[in-house]
Amino acid sequence: MGKLSVKHLIGIKDLKPEDINLILDTAQTFKEVINRPIKKVPSMRDVTVVNLFFENSTRTRLSFELAEKRLSADILNFTASSSSVSKGETLIDTVNNILAMKVDLVVMRHPKPGAALFLSQKVNSVIVNAGDGTHEHPTQALLDAFSIREKLGTLKGKKVVIVGDILHSRVALSNIYCLQKSGAEVMVCPATLIPKYIEQLGVKVETNLINALNWCDVANVLRIQLERQDIKYFPSLREYIMQYGITLDILKKLQKKIVIMHPGPINRGVEITTEVADSDQSIILDQVENGVAVRMAVLYLLAGQPVG
Amino acid sequence: MTHLILAGKQLDITIERLCHQLIENHGNFKDTCIIGLQSKGVPLSKRICKRLSEFLPESNILHGALDITFFRDDYRRSEKLLVPSRTEIDFIVEGKKVVLVDDVLFTGRTVRAAMDALMAFGRPAKVELLVLIDRKFSRQFPIEPDYTGQAIDTTITDKVQVEWKESGNKDGVWLVSEIKSKTNGKAKR
Repeated sequence: MGKLSVKHLIGIKDLKPEDINLILDTAQTFKEVINRPIKKVPSMRDVTVVNLFFENSTRTRLSFELAEKRLSADILNFTASSSSVSKGETLIDTVNNILAMKVDLVVMRHPKPGAALFLSQKVNSVIVNAGDGTHEHPTQALLDAFSIREKLGTLKGKKVVIVGDILHSRVALSNIYCLQKSGAEVMVCPATLIPKYIEQLGVKVETNLINALNWCDVANVLRIQLERQDIKYFPSLREYIMQYGITLDILKKLQKKIVIMHPGPINRGVEITTEVADSDQSIILDQVENGVAVRMAVLYLLAGQPVG
Repeated sequence: MTHLILAGKQLDITIERLCHQLIENHGNFKDTCIIGLQSKGVPLSKRICKRLSEFLPESNILHGALDITFFRDDYRRSEKLLVPSRTEIDFIVEGKKVVLVDDVLFTGRTVRAAMDALMAFGRPAKVELLVLIDRKFSRQFPIEPDYTGQAIDTTITDKVQVEWKESGNKDGVWLVSEIKSKTNGKAKR
């Protein structure tokens, strides 16, 4: 029987390839569970989970909440805007107060990079990072890896290009770690939205979209995070669309049929057109379904450590 | 100490007898399905199905594999992390007679979990239990088998090890006693 090498899920960087495999294999069994007539299993019925969201989220919060409910866990939901955080309470105080009510597991989204790691060092509970600023978003990377494995059979030797706002994306960093640890090759595109020294992670950098798409088996398209761009990284949105927007015409001219992914939310008509997002090459909605299964696996494996 | 309980011709005869007993009760298997429990009950259930379809070439016997991991009662209590296997049931058990198949019946906790897990696939008309080995006097739940390959007396520290050639080993059932086991420690129950 396997075991995770970590007590918390802070980032993919801390995981071993075997951990990723164990999570994806477990998610496979949960995918079967959520397609049954009765989609619920009783495993976590004595576990209480709090979803702490200090930043807006639709997909991730709903996906975590559904995963917890499918596992029969008890759930507390917390959003920063309607809480005492606005009265000046610190993060540790907030969390410790919640833990005093006998909560076993904390799922946290926070705008500051490192918030999840900080919390894991300061409080006595299992922490699952649901996105910390521009740092990591581990469950998204795991569900992307799961979706690619499901579509293509394996990750080993596959070529994945991440197109879009790499600089502001926690999804990109987690994806790079996760794909590389699973044996895939990674390329990022385009150049101005890429952090300095990214080559040191062992990824290829490409400025020409067509070259990148011709190279890859899978294109994971990220949203342009206009809300995080305090200075202009490209001259205009129109120019970005002209240079890096993926259209059906571009896909038709490629040498092979590639898989299109997007973690959402999509800016339709910006990074991809509606026709591409809804085409048979897109697995965007499979990603959402797989997200629940992968989050069930993460929660099940982390909460499953013996109570001691 | 390892002691061979069942292997070779003897094992084949036992499976053969279990098949005959099933036919006595279920006729042509029109409303009956056979569900093996992961992991060691599945090869046994497949063999029984194969033999049954040789006896009854006209009938199409429904077969499934059920994983009970998420219904176990020792989640967060076991020393080990409980890692799931696959469930493969592509039919609904609503109104059907179900024969659950496992290799060893010991405390009865696995079967308790299996009955819970089964309910996700509908309300069966009847559930029966077939086991290859019944370890007597060790039950922690009020569960008894309907079909038994062989009943044996064991102490609580003994382990019964079942291997199938489908998993790359030699067919057989061994009783492993606590002192100086020569097996590779794969014993489960």
